[in-house]
Amino acid sequence: MSDALPTPRRFPLTAGLMAGVGGLLGATAVGWLGLPPNVALLLSITVGVALLAFALGRVMGWSDRWMVIAIPLGWFLVFFLVPFFVLGRISLSEAIIARPPYSPLWDTAPDGSIEILASLQNYGFILGESLYRNAYLSSMQVAAVSTVFALLIGYPIAYYIARSEEPKRSILLLMVILPFWTSFLLRVYAWIGFLRREGVINNLLLWAGIIDEPLVMMQTPGAVYVGIVYTYLPFMILPLYATLVKLDGALLEAAADLGASPIVTFFTVTLPLSLPGIVAGSMLVFIPAVGEYVIPALLGPSDMLMIGRTLWDEFFSSRDWPVASAVAIIMLILVVLPIMWLQSVQNRQEQR
Amino acid sequence: MPSNPAIAANTRPWRDPAAKPFISIKSVTKRFGDFTAVNDVSLDIFRGELFCLLGGSGCGKSTLLRMLAGFETPTAGQIIIDGQDMGRVTPDKRPTNMMFQSYALFPHMSVEKNVAYGLMREGKSRAEAYERVGEMLKLVKLDQFARRKPHQLSGGQRQRVALARALAKQPKVLLLDEPLGALDKKLREETQFELVRIQETLGITFIVVTHDQDEAMTLATRIGVMTEGVIKQVGEPRQIYETPASRFVADFIGSVNLFEGQVQSLDGSQMRVRTTDLGEVLAPSAPGLSVGQTIWLAMRPERAWMTRDVPPDGVNTVPGVVQDMGYVGHMSSYLVQLANGRVIRVTQANEGRRDNPISWDESVHVSFDPPDFRVLTE
Repeated sequence: MSDALPTPRRFPLTAGLMAGVGGLLGATAVGWLGLPPNVALLLSITVGVALLAFALGRVMGWSDRWMVIAIPLGWFLVFFLVPFFVLGRISLSEAIIARPPYSPLWDTAPDGSIEILASLQNYGFILGESLYRNAYLSSMQVAAVSTVFALLIGYPIAYYIARSEEPKRSILLLMVILPFWTSFLLRVYAWIGFLRREGVINNLLLWAGIIDEPLVMMQTPGAVYVGIVYTYLPFMILPLYATLVKLDGALLEAAADLGASPIVTFFTVTLPLSLPGIVAGSMLVFIPAVGEYVIPALLGPSDMLMIGRTLWDEFFSSRDWPVASAVAIIMLILVVLPIMWLQSVQNRQEQR
Repeated sequence: MPSNPAIAANTRPWRDPAAKPFISIKSVTKRFGDFTAVNDVSLDIFRGELFCLLGGSGCGKSTLLRMLAGFETPTAGQIIIDGQDMGRVTPDKRPTNMMFQSYALFPHMSVEKNVAYGLMREGKSRAEAYERVGEMLKLVKLDQFARRKPHQLSGGQRQRVALARALAKQPKVLLLDEPLGALDKKLREETQFELVRIQETLGITFIVVTHDQDEAMTLATRIGVMTEGVIKQVGEPRQIYETPASRFVADFIGSVNLFEGQVQSLDGSQMRVRTTDLGEVLAPSAPGLSVGQTIWLAMRPERAWMTRDVPPDGVNTVPGVVQDMGYVGHMSSYLVQLANGRVIRVTQANEGRRDNPISWDESVHVSFDPPDFRVLTE
């Protein structure tokens, strides 16, 4: 805590100043950089919010750590929290043919009374409809299975890299990160070249005489798993590597010294101590995999129910923004709740 | 637990040439690439000893300890523990346990689980294991802390958990890598005696690696002084201090004044030595010396005595000027500059409070009793 707390009286002044600077920056961006006005607006809101948080921090006497995260915090507010509330607001209305394509939340009658139009009926509709339920369940299942596979493949890789000596370790790490230099979309397209009827895998197997007829791999759930596991594997490997590399080699020696075989050592020492990495990696794979749209669309069967595709259909085919918004909000809740639970478990473990 | 195990500190088996060693290290060499960490070391250690491997960093003492534990494989040579060749025995199958310098406590396990870890691996039942854990924690006075996690303990408490964990399996040999290194001075001194107490209670053979000569002197039944991968001298603390075998050992243990000289004449138990710094002095003779040979005389600072006047019966006396002094309480340490510029170290006990102590810039005479010289040839 800083020892010189500014008096609360100065807060309106500071806040006004900060908002002013934000506005000025926005105006500058429009004028000098030739940015479109809405981009400039977002920019100035971000800066304004960040500066506001900064000012608020000064008044509340937050430590300087808070000042450091003020800008990412502002970013998070503008590009996550605000859209979230916009979606939440849309999900409470009804689809209408208009611009924007949803009804207002309240209406002012001619006699001046206010009529509340907001309702939770979209949520009731989604939860009652088996189509959505199945889409959620199948998305969660695809994400869960992919996460398990990514963990099973990623753990040995991360372990091997963490136990390697320099410079081999850096080269291996680079190889894990290297695919990010190519567009994600291109890499998924590349899999079509491997998996299709006349693809690399089928040609190779036919040439080797292992199979007589090409295997059907494209447009199967298997192709979707391959695509998701392949794409998100680095997100599993990197946090696992980060925890495994910190693992003190003396602990493994101590376990061996006390009579534990290498396998017992792994399950009693290495695995429990890499749990934070497992949790982090699994979340990084599971969360985006739940909402994955591109991979099932490119590699999967057309009837494969995924919540990402349902979302797309609701927004762009049915043009039912309120239902689509409700679908998105429910998905978010489904993903966020387990994360919060995991976090709290982890916090409790650390305190113990 | 036997109440009075036969411990080596009382029987001194190393003095008996017929005694059978418990641990035999035979011509062991360890190379890492071009670097030779341990060079053809042979060493016998007896049951119930508290043996200290003493040396500076990089002298190979830890590598030797790690070869005993099985974490490193000797490039050449053989290690035998209690009649069993350790050649192909992995660490988890060895009758040794190690206390690591960093303690290497499992951070995700409570104190009692840490101590029980080795016992559970032996396939002991929970009840049996935890009874032993209770005993061990009582031994190291940590029974109150059984359910704490390592990070909730102080450094000294962690050290004792590490000791209890290593002792729980009743190893034939306990290997301790700088066991007191991470403790502050006061705690270290207390713990030294605690370690000796535990070792004498259990009668387990301890091998301790340390760079701290005071620690080695306090703990050990015998000390092996190591440098550059070889053991320079093995002996009881008193032997190492009073009769060092080489200039390295004399200099490494405690502080010493070394004087180079040539043998002038040999006369029974005494000889005359011509030194550059002290002139001609009397020193005890040693077998195998010849006239004209270059030797070194080692003199501990506390064995020299210092007077303002020429002592009436002084044989080896040189004049000098006090250049610097340090008062340490029970004694004072002086740096005395001799006529030829050489500075020697002399310490004097402070016995009376009303002394008129010798102080800076005083002219003094430093005298050496001939038997207090240690003659070194290497």
